[in-house]
Amino acid sequence: MSIGHTLLALLESGPRHGYDLKRTFDEHFGHDRPLHYGQVYATMSRLLKNGLVEVDGIEHGGGPDRKRYAITDAGITDVAQWLAQPEKPEPYLQSTLYTKVVLALLTGRDAGDLLDAQRSEHLRLMRDLTQRKRDGDLADQLICDHALFHLEADLRWLELTAARLDQLAKAVRA
Amino acid sequence: MTPPERTRITAGPTGVAVWARDLAMGIRFAVTGGREAWLRTALTAVGVGLGVALLMIAASVPHMMSERHQRGAARAVDSPSVFFDKRLAHEQKPGSGTFLYKTANTDYHDKPVNGALLQADGPSAPAPPGVGAMPRPGEMVVSPALDDLLHSDNGKLLRERFEGYRTVGTIAPSGLIGPNELFYYAGSDKLAPGHGTIRVDGYGYEEPDVPLTPELFLLVIIVCVVLLMPIAVFITTAVRFGGDQRDQRLAALRLVGADAHMTRRVAAGEALCGSLFGLSAGAGLFLLLREFATYVTIRDNSVFPSDIVPEPWIAALIALAVPVCAVVVTLFTLRRIAIEPLGVVRNAVTRRRRLWWRLLIPAVGIALLLPLFRKASGYAAHSVPLDTYQIGAGTALLLVGLVALLPWVVEICVSRFRRGPLPWQLAARRLQFDSGPAARAVSGITVAVAGAIAVQMLFAGVQSDYTTSDGHDPGHFQVRASYRPGTAEETSAWTERFRATKGVEAVTGYVERYADKPGDDAAVTSIHIGDCATLQRMAHIDSCRDGDVFVAQEPGGDVDTEHRFAPGTRLTMKEYSAPAGQKKRGYDWMVPASARVVTTRPDPSGDHPFGILATPSAIDVTKIPDATTTFVAQVTKGDLDAIEQFRNTAAHIDPSMRVWRLGGVVKDNNYATIEKGLLIGAVATLALIGAGMAVTTAEQLRERKRLLSVLVAFGTRRSTLGWSVLWQTIVPVVLGMILAVGGGLGLGWAMLHLLRKGVRDWWSFVPVAGTGAAVIMAITVLGLVPMWRLMRGDGLRSE
Amino acid sequence: MTPDGSLISAAGLRKAYGPTTALDGADLSIHAGEVVAVMGPSGSGKSTLLHCLAGIVRPDAGTVHYDGRDLAAMSDAERSALRRRDFGFVFQFGQLVPELTCLENAALPLRLTGHKRKDAEARALRWLERLEVADVRHHRPGQVSGGQGQRVAVARALVGEPRVVFADEPTGALDSLNGERVMQLLTDSARETRAAVVLVTHEARVAAYSDREVVVRDGIARDMAGMYDAA
Repeated sequence: MSIGHTLLALLESGPRHGYDLKRTFDEHFGHDRPLHYGQVYATMSRLLKNGLVEVDGIEHGGGPDRKRYAITDAGITDVAQWLAQPEKPEPYLQSTLYTKVVLALLTGRDAGDLLDAQRSEHLRLMRDLTQRKRDGDLADQLICDHALFHLEADLRWLELTAARLDQLAKAVRA
Repeated sequence: MTPPERTRITAGPTGVAVWARDLAMGIRFAVTGGREAWLRTALTAVGVGLGVALLMIAASVPHMMSERHQRGAARAVDSPSVFFDKRLAHEQKPGSGTFLYKTANTDYHDKPVNGALLQADGPSAPAPPGVGAMPRPGEMVVSPALDDLLHSDNGKLLRERFEGYRTVGTIAPSGLIGPNELFYYAGSDKLAPGHGTIRVDGYGYEEPDVPLTPELFLLVIIVCVVLLMPIAVFITTAVRFGGDQRDQRLAALRLVGADAHMTRRVAAGEALCGSLFGLSAGAGLFLLLREFATYVTIRDNSVFPSDIVPEPWIAALIALAVPVCAVVVTLFTLRRIAIEPLGVVRNAVTRRRRLWWRLLIPAVGIALLLPLFRKASGYAAHSVPLDTYQIGAGTALLLVGLVALLPWVVEICVSRFRRGPLPWQLAARRLQFDSGPAARAVSGITVAVAGAIAVQMLFAGVQSDYTTSDGHDPGHFQVRASYRPGTAEETSAWTERFRATKGVEAVTGYVERYADKPGDDAAVTSIHIGDCATLQRMAHIDSCRDGDVFVAQEPGGDVDTEHRFAPGTRLTMKEYSAPAGQKKRGYDWMVPASARVVTTRPDPSGDHPFGILATPSAIDVTKIPDATTTFVAQVTKGDLDAIEQFRNTAAHIDPSMRVWRLGGVVKDNNYATIEKGLLIGAVATLALIGAGMAVTTAEQLRERKRLLSVLVAFGTRRSTLGWSVLWQTIVPVVLGMILAVGGGLGLGWAMLHLLRKGVRDWWSFVPVAGTGAAVIMAITVLGLVPMWRLMRGDGLRSE
Repeated sequence: MTPDGSLISAAGLRKAYGPTTALDGADLSIHAGEVVAVMGPSGSGKSTLLHCLAGIVRPDAGTVHYDGRDLAAMSDAERSALRRRDFGFVFQFGQLVPELTCLENAALPLRLTGHKRKDAEARALRWLERLEVADVRHHRPGQVSGGQGQRVAVARALVGEPRVVFADEPTGALDSLNGERVMQLLTDSARETRAAVVLVTHEARVAAYSDREVVVRDGIARDMAGMYDAA
């Protein structure tokens, strides 16, 4: 995820202070990893340098940097371009799991057990996410669902692979 | 029903071509749609077939009647009677082509054996219809049925009666009215004109058309309406057999792109196919039943299969109307459901049946009938001619209205079901959900059973006119015979022959003639002429010599006779009819002053003689015009053969002597035949309705195989499900039976009331209703057997 | 309960439908109050396992013990009675009686165990409220949405307060939003009433509502509990 674009887009609704930006970011997107304030500072410096934001004003007080940032027209254009740009789908062509399965087959270990263990692990995570979803708000639900769908996709692959283990074994040993 | 949009699928061919294509598709579905479709088509065909066969039989009645009438007229010669024949006999001069004809009817075991004696005047006298050559004296031609009877063990006494004749051939159907008719022609050489014998030169006598009496006409109308109504209802029910499954199929058709119009046309095609099969099945059944006509004799009438030919225009109408009805009914049914690509949506739940038009029809019927009822129940009714058209229309409207009212009644009844155990709740809810099949079943049951009950009551009520049921009635073994006047010697000789007959216990024979008192039109008496022995049997007479005359007086009775026909009264006996231009001959006689008043005794039939008793010398028998010799006999009670022996003696005296069994004849087995026929017909109809219900139930269960399995899974007892299915059948059947019994009894009572007859047996519906209900329940229970299999957990697997 | 504390335990279950082997030696145990997902590819014998556990189908071989009683030793009528009393069921589709109202459908299990109609419907109404479908109680199943219908089915499964709820692809005919809501209501309610849930599903996201999963493959059930210990 591009933190720069995210912060820039958050500024579009109105000028904000750096700590305000961090809090808003964390509220929406920082469930797993809250933003370090240093990251905000570094990012805003970069955006200032590129002319995408400008300093709207500085409050002086006892705290850290109290700069208020505002987005520039170039910044708005940049956000628009970023949002319009489709994300490149993950190709997922390199898979550790696949490598493990092939190696298990080559070394004569039970690849099925490997897959079963992996499924259990996936499900355990899914259970946790589901539990979080049940207790959380809409944002939690959406984020957890995103993860759950991805995990589900992995699980489908696991099922498919499990169903084709014999075929795969023949292919790798040939 | 006809939204204006036209979808792409109908954009190709238009109009007739589209119809033809879709109908053809429907027909294909009906034939190739697998076992269920076949079953459905077959049920429809059988149902429609039964109806069509009955319709064809009904349509054959006019032709049958006219054929029978024509053959009857073709073999008749004038209507010869003992008294009214002289005119013709005098007019026809003997020639080579003339012959003498004398009716010589008899009875054998209460079956009429009709025939005639023939005597050719010359070689070219024509043979009767259906007979090759004029029978010569001592020869006889007989109908096949009579031939069989004469050759059977049962025919022994009849053989004796005809022992003077040799059978030389049989009468062809063209000379008979029906196949089982007992008929003969016998050659004679003893005939002379007069006393019932007439001289003619050919056969064929067109009787003037006897118009139907209003009562008979009414009977015909009501019977037709009562019989045809169930057929109509049944046909409309039959074309809906298995409709649910058809709807599913049509929904599948919608899914692949058919529009609503097309599905309707396809459905119409399916119905058309069923009804066409039904038409041919009906025609086949009709031909089969027609052949059976030979074996059925009702009220001594039997019908040649070849006479049962439907009126061509009615047959054409049936052939046209039945498929059209099938299509119209189907389209009408589809009006209430919307077949969507993903399933069938029934609008029945939201739309209540409308009442007003259902009430209007019977109301009009009642309005037509009510004034007549008031008339019929009044004492003056007998003089007021019944307005038959009004009655016919009223009855028809009332019946049609009741049929239209039934679905509404069923809906109302069913919607009242609320509380009750679970199986009952399930069944009631099902019936409330879609009362259509139940309503149709109830309609079918009601009209079929009500019609059968009403017709049965009608026949039972009317038959009491013709028959007496009790074979042990003493009056039933009394016989009366009537013959030309005999001289004193002849009469006593004949009487002796009867007295000597086996089984005859007592017999009185005398010459009889009624006499008028000139100048007093109201005064009529009767003169009995017999020898002293005979007269002493008829009255308490102490001394009697030939030449004596007595005035009879019933014990403790009628002084009037004594006064009006007291000794010295002049009496006259006029010829009944005279040849054209001649005056009627008459014979005048005076009750001699010496006549004594005597008290009468009952004759063998229990009757007291009435009038004047005279010995042969007191009056010249040969001069009395139109006198008859009467024999009254009592035969051994319970001995049917004694009656036949008496008849044999009579036939040996003269084949043309008329013999009557007093108190009518026993014809109970005929009524039993009608009753049996009605029972079989009603039960067959009910069985078919039951089969239709069973198929509907089975379809519904198969459709819900999964649901059943789910219900079983969470522990529903099979008996709970079984009972819910049973209730689902029992409710309409019981409802239908109640309505049918009520309606049938009401209808029967009303019909008998209009005919001024009483109801003989209020419980005659029990066999029809009982057997019918039993048959339906048996079919339903049989239908449950496959359900038992459906109710296993396996049903959950099909996903 | 069996000595190991399980409510239902199955051992060596075998079941064949004609030439097709649905179960080929399945072992499994379920404890009171837990939600167990039975997973596996389609045709693996999941549903058959559920049917055997619930006593709907008799296995060809193997035993099922419920609460210490051998289901195989029970008559058909006894197993029916057990299902009425102790079990609840939710299926994928086609389970509501179309001519009964939703309320009557939900009250059906109580009616089967002989409750009076009024009483049964009052209790069923509480469950319909709990599952957020009380407003359609007088509708017929054909008049409500798939999600509502399935909630009515869940209410029906729970109305008799069973000790085990068997759910066979309960969300199979629903979109994911409705499916998840139904799962949530089902598992919440089951936990509240301490009912065990046997949940047959091929969807991992549905299985994620369980406490643990059992995987059926080629007619063999593997209890994944052991895997955790290993992991």
